[in-house]
Amino acid sequence: MKRIITATVQNRSGVLNRITGMLNKRQFNIDSITVGNSETEGIAKMTFVVEVSDPQKLEQLTKQLNKQIDILKVSDITDKAMVARELALIRVGGNGQSRTEIQGVIAPFRASVIDLSKDSLTVQVTGKPDKVDALITLLRPYGIKELTKTGVTAFLRGQQPQQVTEINSFSV
Amino acid sequence: MITGADLLIESLVDEQVDTIFGYPGGAVLPIYDALYRSLAPFKHILSRHEQGSIHAAEGYARVTGKPGIVLATSGPGATNLITGITDALMDSLPLVIFTGQVAKGVIGTDAFQESDVMGITTPITKYNYQVNHVSELPRIIKEAFHIAVTGRPGPVVIDIPKNISQETSPARSQRDFYLPGYQPTKHPNPLQIGKLADALSRSKKPILLTGAGVVTAKASDELKAFAEKYQLPVTNTLLGLGGFPGTSNLSLGMAGMHGTYAANMGIYECDLLINIGARFDDRLTGKLEHFAPDAKVAHIDIDPAEIGKNISTAIPVVGDAKEALKALLNSDIELPDHKAWKEKLEHNKTTYPLWYERSNDVISPQWLTEQVYRMSKGEAIVTTDVGQHQMWAAQHYPFDKPNRWVTSGGLGTMGFGFPAAIGAQLGAPNDLVVALVGDGGFQMTLQELSVLKDRNLPVKVIIVNNEALGMVRQWQESFYEERYSESLLSTNPDFVKLAESYGIRGLRVDKEDDVVEVLEDVFAYDGPVVLDCRVEQKESVYPMIAPGKGIQEMIGVTK
Repeated sequence: MKRIITATVQNRSGVLNRITGMLNKRQFNIDSITVGNSETEGIAKMTFVVEVSDPQKLEQLTKQLNKQIDILKVSDITDKAMVARELALIRVGGNGQSRTEIQGVIAPFRASVIDLSKDSLTVQVTGKPDKVDALITLLRPYGIKELTKTGVTAFLRGQQPQQVTEINSFSV
Repeated sequence: MITGADLLIESLVDEQVDTIFGYPGGAVLPIYDALYRSLAPFKHILSRHEQGSIHAAEGYARVTGKPGIVLATSGPGATNLITGITDALMDSLPLVIFTGQVAKGVIGTDAFQESDVMGITTPITKYNYQVNHVSELPRIIKEAFHIAVTGRPGPVVIDIPKNISQETSPARSQRDFYLPGYQPTKHPNPLQIGKLADALSRSKKPILLTGAGVVTAKASDELKAFAEKYQLPVTNTLLGLGGFPGTSNLSLGMAGMHGTYAANMGIYECDLLINIGARFDDRLTGKLEHFAPDAKVAHIDIDPAEIGKNISTAIPVVGDAKEALKALLNSDIELPDHKAWKEKLEHNKTTYPLWYERSNDVISPQWLTEQVYRMSKGEAIVTTDVGQHQMWAAQHYPFDKPNRWVTSGGLGTMGFGFPAAIGAQLGAPNDLVVALVGDGGFQMTLQELSVLKDRNLPVKVIIVNNEALGMVRQWQESFYEERYSESLLSTNPDFVKLAESYGIRGLRVDKEDDVVEVLEDVFAYDGPVVLDCRVEQKESVYPMIAPGKGIQEMIGVTK
């Protein structure tokens, strides 16, 4: 099962290496990691998307992360009300007729064209990973020349419902 | 103004360090120079290989409970420490290791004697640092000592570029630190203690499994009081030896691969297993599905990540073993009648004791171990390598007190025992220290005989010499149809002459009749001795749980 785990970490040297090294040593399968500064200076936030086989492994994962001296807080937010976003840049081959078509395809996804060349255009899309994947699927027939994704970054919504009705609403 | 090297020495004095283990080299020359100039009230022990330094520091840490301090140069100096760092991490021993590094300006250029110490040691340390500015040094050292000894102890590496040792800084540098991400839980949750007490009050067949956590937490007295108050049977892991008196009638002996039948069957049949400070290592559990299959498992551990890692746990208690046992002693628990359970365990204990067969002329290694126990009156600090001699020591030398058993458990490091004995003797100068080593393991670190001579440390090195890598030989006999591939050591040196060449007394014994007299001589002698004991080569360690088998499927339980 895919889980989204966030960690608040002290921004010390080697911290990413320390964490990925631990995950690697303990055979956790990482789908993506994003890291960036937070609202507080010296504190960074990380978001992991990890494939774990069972609840026992998941518990071990969060415990091992918590054990890291540079990690201040670890949360598995998969089943909570949260916002999760990913950015993808997709360069699609196209000219003339297909360009107009591609514009039509990306419009409902609120994606935008950020670069043009003689025979290609680059699309930027932000959103939940399934939305990003849906757009990629739709663009594939036009010939994807280059694709890069940031991985998921996420945090909890400002307000958590009393009862989470949308359990597993996030399908990565 | 003060140099980084002098700041380092000052910090060690501040931490009340009395012994450091090390080996000089280019990148630590400024530190060695500062050591030479200083009037620091601690001694430096020069090993003959960095591996000797770090295992000595481990031995020192085990018997004193204080962190072992190691100083090594960059590159090969640092990489020679890797085995010991890993060993200390596996067995939760507090170490603070200083490695030299090439100057900051050339880090990353593959400079002479450069190695990526941070990259190499990240997976094998509790934490590690590279010093970026000389003014950070005092704070980093304070942090490192704190991290090494608190919570679950472990090794901490501080990598110091050469220019940092040479640069100057204002004398009173910042020593305060704040580690918000590192707040080990010492006091257990009362609710969880209540659950444990409740489970105990319902249990008809309880058993205590005690590990190194009891020794580290100095919880032996509380454990004894708890076990005696409720008359609970106690078994221990390899590293838990001495945490509970091995001679107590409540002790079932060691559990696991070479544990006693009574201990392993106790675990197999119990309905409540209370693990105090052990980590359910696979050499203890055997095949997981057969480990305590009918038991409710309670696990007390200072490291939350150990709870539920290998064995699913009904009652997790995160905290220090001493605090948890105190809390349990304060809970009033009404116990059900355990008479039938106790009788069964006692029956197993008396019907299936540890056994061995004595040959008439060749020395039996188990009998030899018993003689060492008898003649040292059980008072010795015993260090071992890994292998048959280690298991015989664990089986046949009952430890009644903590911190007298120094062995490499988790990593199973050959070459550990002898340098660890040097560290143990320095940490406990008034105690009798016996290094029980195999002829294989001893040859991995025997260059440290120089240190025995240098310091005239009265360590008694007893080589259990079967001219083989005994445990490898045993496995080849049992599981590889007696194909003794590269396990027989027929070209061993003359250990007596070897000892003498280092200026150390060397003795040999090869007949059982002579053993007692020779041991009397060895223990009476005021100084280091190497005793080459020629033992039966074909001897095996029994009983045993074969690899992949369950805890109840022991072989070699009886003759």
